[in-house]
Amino acid sequence: MSKRVVITGLGVISPNAMDVPGFLHAIKNGVSGVKFMPQYEELKFNCQVAGSPAFEWDNLRNYLTETSLYGLKGKGIAFGIKAALDAWMDAGNEITSEGTLWETGCVFGSSVADTDVIKNAITRVDAKESKKLGSRVVEQIMNSGVTAYISGRLGLGNKVISNSSACATGTQAILMGYEYIKYGMAKRMVVGSSEYVDAYIFGAFDSMRVLSRKYNDEPTRASRPMSITAGGFVPGSGAGALILEDLDFALARGARIYGEILGGSNNSGGQRGGGSMTAPAATGVIRCIQEAMNNASITGQQVDLISGHLTATIADKLEIKNWVQALGLTAEDFPMVNSLKSMIGHCLSAAGSIETVAAVLQIVHGFVHPNINLEDANPEIINLIGANNLPTKIVNRKINIVAKANFGFGDINTCLIISKYDK
Amino acid sequence: MDRTTILTELKKVLVPYTENKTMLDGITEETDLIKDLKINSANLVDIIIDAESQYNIEIDFDSAEKMYLIGNCIDIISDKLNQSA
Repeated sequence: MSKRVVITGLGVISPNAMDVPGFLHAIKNGVSGVKFMPQYEELKFNCQVAGSPAFEWDNLRNYLTETSLYGLKGKGIAFGIKAALDAWMDAGNEITSEGTLWETGCVFGSSVADTDVIKNAITRVDAKESKKLGSRVVEQIMNSGVTAYISGRLGLGNKVISNSSACATGTQAILMGYEYIKYGMAKRMVVGSSEYVDAYIFGAFDSMRVLSRKYNDEPTRASRPMSITAGGFVPGSGAGALILEDLDFALARGARIYGEILGGSNNSGGQRGGGSMTAPAATGVIRCIQEAMNNASITGQQVDLISGHLTATIADKLEIKNWVQALGLTAEDFPMVNSLKSMIGHCLSAAGSIETVAAVLQIVHGFVHPNINLEDANPEIINLIGANNLPTKIVNRKINIVAKANFGFGDINTCLIISKYDK
Repeated sequence: MDRTTILTELKKVLVPYTENKTMLDGITEETDLIKDLKINSANLVDIIIDAESQYNIEIDFDSAEKMYLIGNCIDIISDKLNQSA
């Protein structure tokens, strides 16, 4: 028999906030975390703005032992540790160094191992100084670095998996954790993802001409999902984490329950039928959303809010078309749509987990966060779903069900159906 | 450099690698890096790298393997210092 899976803890590091209370305030008020990056001007990037968290290494002082923190240089790992441990403590758990938690596992994703750490390794090796690298490099250039740190700090003894599927990584991690609990393989999972976009990753995207370049002198206006003046996405860094639990396990320990994962789907369009390395096939996206709704036993009418992928490229209107077909609704009965990326940019691997944290907060606190920079919505999108469903100011209303999707390079799709917890 | 001076400087090298700062304050030549100071054995290479740069010496693999007691470390370091002098 399958189990019900509930959400009991949240953690986040976002370009616009360093913890969950700050994040709640930021997304309610449409606070942008996109900033001008002088370094990117110097590097002659077309896009010179980014979503960059106000992180300092001192933020981790109470999270890791002093010896573990000393020598940690990977920011993606650092973001993941902070978000995951915040979620763990938010769920009412303690961090102890005794015993292994055999019933608890971790699925945490990232897109690349930390390139600053890799750069250091390359520089040393090329200078014939490999013996000076020391013992702490391998653990930070391995893709499983972030899960290794999280599971080690918490003593997790169930499945410990590092997943990667580009921009679908975060939602995929959450879906995998959900499935392990649902099918009885684990009682509790720490799930999420992190991303640290440094100049090297950023430069590669910049060269693809997919980044925003017209708002370098107005950074907070640069990320414009669904806008007619959208001109590419703004890369961002951060991490999001959730604690998922078997409902009975959560009830037995008297946990506070934020919401429930009703179902989800992860598929690929196979890079056929319009799908490619960089673009999702419409058939795959529609199928993914419909499978998620079927899996959750809900209909399109029950969706109160769509938290889209919506990165601020020409793909936005295609995505909206796909949502319309998948839900089978017209503009009159369509749910509201928002994109957190308008405030924080596109946090790549971390996007799905940060956006899911936002989705859960909108359910818990009963609101739809604004789409900032949407004063000039694309008319084709308005025609499809109506201007009323594209809020530019916070809308306070009861939200029972959010459909949260992300679509990644490699034509990989993930959709989660998240709901209010109802006994 | 005498053994007491080496020990005092070695203490500074060890600070980032042990949680047990009280034990570190009172180390003697008999203190065991792994058993007493609870230093992760994988991190011994970092201590060697730091010691090499602190004393401007090179510690070869064979010598490094003998560095488990503070006393051994002082032996090796003073040995290498004498060689380079």
